[in-house]
Amino acid sequence: MRIFVTDQDGTEHELEALEGWRVMEVIRDWGLNIKAECGGSCACATCHVFVDPEWQDKLNPPTDEEEDMLDSVADYEANSRLSCQILMSEELDGLRVTLADSARQEEAA
Amino acid sequence: MSGNEIVTDVVIIGAGPVGLFAVFELGLVDLKCHVIDILDRPGGQCAELYPEKPIYDIPAFPEISGQGLTDNLMKQIQPFGAEFHFNQMVTNCEKLEDGSFRVTTDADEVFLTKVIVVAAGGGSFQPKRPPVEDVEQYENKSVFYAVRKMDDFRDQDLVIVGGGDSALDWTLNLEPLARSLTLVHRRDQFRGHADSVNKMRALVEEGKINFITGQLGRLEGENGQLTEVYLKTAGGELGVPATRLLPFFGLTMKLGPVADWGLDLHENALIKVDTERFETSVPGIFAIGDINWYPGKLKLILSGFHEGALMSQAAKRIVHPDEKIVFQYTTSSSKLQKKLGVA
Repeated sequence: MRIFVTDQDGTEHELEALEGWRVMEVIRDWGLNIKAECGGSCACATCHVFVDPEWQDKLNPPTDEEEDMLDSVADYEANSRLSCQILMSEELDGLRVTLADSARQEEAA
Repeated sequence: MSGNEIVTDVVIIGAGPVGLFAVFELGLVDLKCHVIDILDRPGGQCAELYPEKPIYDIPAFPEISGQGLTDNLMKQIQPFGAEFHFNQMVTNCEKLEDGSFRVTTDADEVFLTKVIVVAAGGGSFQPKRPPVEDVEQYENKSVFYAVRKMDDFRDQDLVIVGGGDSALDWTLNLEPLARSLTLVHRRDQFRGHADSVNKMRALVEEGKINFITGQLGRLEGENGQLTEVYLKTAGGELGVPATRLLPFFGLTMKLGPVADWGLDLHENALIKVDTERFETSVPGIFAIGDINWYPGKLKLILSGFHEGALMSQAAKRIVHPDEKIVFQYTTSSSKLQKKLGVA
């Protein structure tokens, strides 16, 4: 299965994904610019993505915990999600997301 | 020179689990440590990001919380009398002629040390900056990420952004001082303490503060002095008079000043070390835990513990080059047990 990820520079990448992986892990594994500093424990909001509106309703709604963490992204939009909270499954084959600026790794010094 | 320098064997940068356990391993080889951290308490990420979350991969602890791990480590290193310097960030590091280092913090503390151990994890915690154009030019003039002096907000038109305890607490504390106060949050739901939320809502009812559901859009002002904040709301753009802005979006980690010390880095973000001594490209400066990189590196707390043990042997040779190191076990060595205060 595949996901389509647009990076912060606007380039779209087609990434192979595995069932049961978190979308954050797929993005990180392919080396795109994602900080994910807490490693997937829904504690930092630095894996923030915008979900393509066509896919928004196919995802499980965010938990209260994820909503709370989304309060700490300064570039929140209605389609904001934390990619560590999206688990890959057959139904999400073809998912499209865009990496938020707030998910960027620190720029090179 | 002030003459107030603190002279020590080792300065450890970072009081996370790996920095704390380094105190233990260094203590076993008789090295005295000072530990510096930007947070106000020990624990690093474990304390700041996930104090309540269980960790399942610490050997011999099937399950332990970030706070529990920190508390246990503090107890374990207690015999070694390390001194802690919280709320400050190491800014400068200068190599002296005799091979030792002069380390300075942003709180103007100065350390003279033979060895530096960088155990800074993902870097130092710093406030998240809102993605608003030109916000830098207002910072520390009319945009602040923390309240240092409440008086800076007296008779000001204040806008506070956020939905957690920092935003709520400062709304409640600054309301009596400010000329006007507007709280802005993306939703009409707050993750702060229920009591603070109730008090905040009461102030809104009484007409003492405004609450607006929305987000920061753009700033207006000149020479660093804010005059107005424009918000993105469901009803479109909304201007609010503002002479002070406090955005509270939590903390994130940055490598910070360590990046400028001339150490060899990996992908500009991690410090390269060897896997025998965990020493950086500058002799006498070591890096352990999440902040280092070597082939095969795994960012695990347990890897950081191992790195600290090997680093300590190398540090010992630098501080006491003439002493022979005898490898001993805490189970059988009465010398080690004496150091631990159990013999």
